[in-house]
Amino acid sequence: MDTKACYAPDMPVGAATQQRQIPRHSAVVRVTHWITAAAFLALLVTGIEILISHPRFYWGETGNSLTTPLFQIPIPSSRDLVPTRFDYVLPDQNGWSRYLHFQAAWAAVLTGLIYAAAGLWSGHFRKNLLPASTEWTWRTFHHADIHTYNPLQRVTYLTVIFVLFPLAIWTGLALSPAFDSAVPAAVTSLAGRQSARTLHFFVSMSLLIFFAVHIAMVALTGFRRRMRAMTTGRV
Amino acid sequence: MNNISRRKALTSGLATATGFAGIAAAARLARRYRLIPPDSGGIYGPGETLTYAAQRILTAHSLAREFPRSMISKVPFANETSPRNEAFQRLQASGFKDWRLAVDGLVANPVSFSLADLRRLPVHSQITEVVCEEGWSYIAEWIGTPLVEVLKAAGILPPARYVVYFSTDRDWWDSIDMADALHPQTLLTWAMNDGDLAVPFGGPLRLRVPRQLGYKSVKYITRLTAADSLKGFGKGLGSASPEGGYAWYAGI
Repeated sequence: MDTKACYAPDMPVGAATQQRQIPRHSAVVRVTHWITAAAFLALLVTGIEILISHPRFYWGETGNSLTTPLFQIPIPSSRDLVPTRFDYVLPDQNGWSRYLHFQAAWAAVLTGLIYAAAGLWSGHFRKNLLPASTEWTWRTFHHADIHTYNPLQRVTYLTVIFVLFPLAIWTGLALSPAFDSAVPAAVTSLAGRQSARTLHFFVSMSLLIFFAVHIAMVALTGFRRRMRAMTTGRV
Repeated sequence: MNNISRRKALTSGLATATGFAGIAAAARLARRYRLIPPDSGGIYGPGETLTYAAQRILTAHSLAREFPRSMISKVPFANETSPRNEAFQRLQASGFKDWRLAVDGLVANPVSFSLADLRRLPVHSQITEVVCEEGWSYIAEWIGTPLVEVLKAAGILPPARYVVYFSTDRDWWDSIDMADALHPQTLLTWAMNDGDLAVPFGGPLRLRVPRQLGYKSVKYITRLTAADSLKGFGKGLGSASPEGGYAWYAGI
């Protein structure tokens, strides 16, 4: 391994020994990363489970088995009154899925708040994720350095943290009739309840795509080292 | 141990202690202000309690969204209806004129209402959305007697914290806290859109709780009981829903 790559390019040589003890990811980042990962997996599995009970999507305020869907996912349903092209019904797992979905949502939201507060406080977003204007060159895109992120990675992480997760929370909250009674704008601004549900699905699928690419990139660029960096902090 | 790691150990120890003390204090406050749902035991208890407590604080007096008449769904979806037994069919054959709604428990005068009695109480109508936990929804106009009027007529007593409601289907009973029971939109519904409430939609009498998911709006209501605790009903989890794996509080 090229030891020189262990240090940021502008690092004075004298700082090298001290730098060795600074973890690749801070403790806050490592802990919140794994809680979020667990919560996301729980949300994903239970979300799919809930979706199966009505795999039809609509636009606007209302929609049900008697109205025309915007689109329908070609899978069987766990409920017998949903029109699908299949002549059988899947096992219904909505009960625990719903309990776990909302519990995992709380875990994700509370963890996200801690991460965001710590990130703003420590300058994590500014230092590690905000791309510097000098980095916008093609060379840096090809640069796979375990000690830092290239601009494409930075923009992707910022989008996931500040766009996709907040949108998932917003579109999810908009599906709560009680929350909507207190904050009607949460759902009316999304063109209605069924639109909010459809958007919740698309945002979740975007997060799923990010998740798949994220896992693939970790696997392709040294799975053990990257896992170690996110677990113990050492590269 | 050098200074930095000692300081770190002290800070994180202090933070952990503060965290536990905070959780203990929050739990105490939640109990005091009745922010703990009856199904708060078990592994999903923390999430359920957070949801119920947060929404009770946020939605204390908020009204479910109402819609213009033009948004009433042309094809409302009745969903499953419970199996109608012989007794129900007999009542249906005579136009539900013998249907009774019994009100008992923590009330000054336990009473029993016929549908005609209910119609003589103040009438309220609302155009609200039925939201099923599966994901679908429809909008209808619901006409009926606010639950609060029935509770007032029976003289609900101050210790009452919940109203438990039962239907002709023994497996489908539920309960709501007083925030929802006294809420102006919680409606003992006997008419829908342009006519009587049809049987598939819960006729002759359905309790509409529009700030919660559809499964809290139980069809074929025959009895209301005001109670100070839900322990004595079923398994003590508040309703048939948690016994079947679903949350008691469904404001989500």
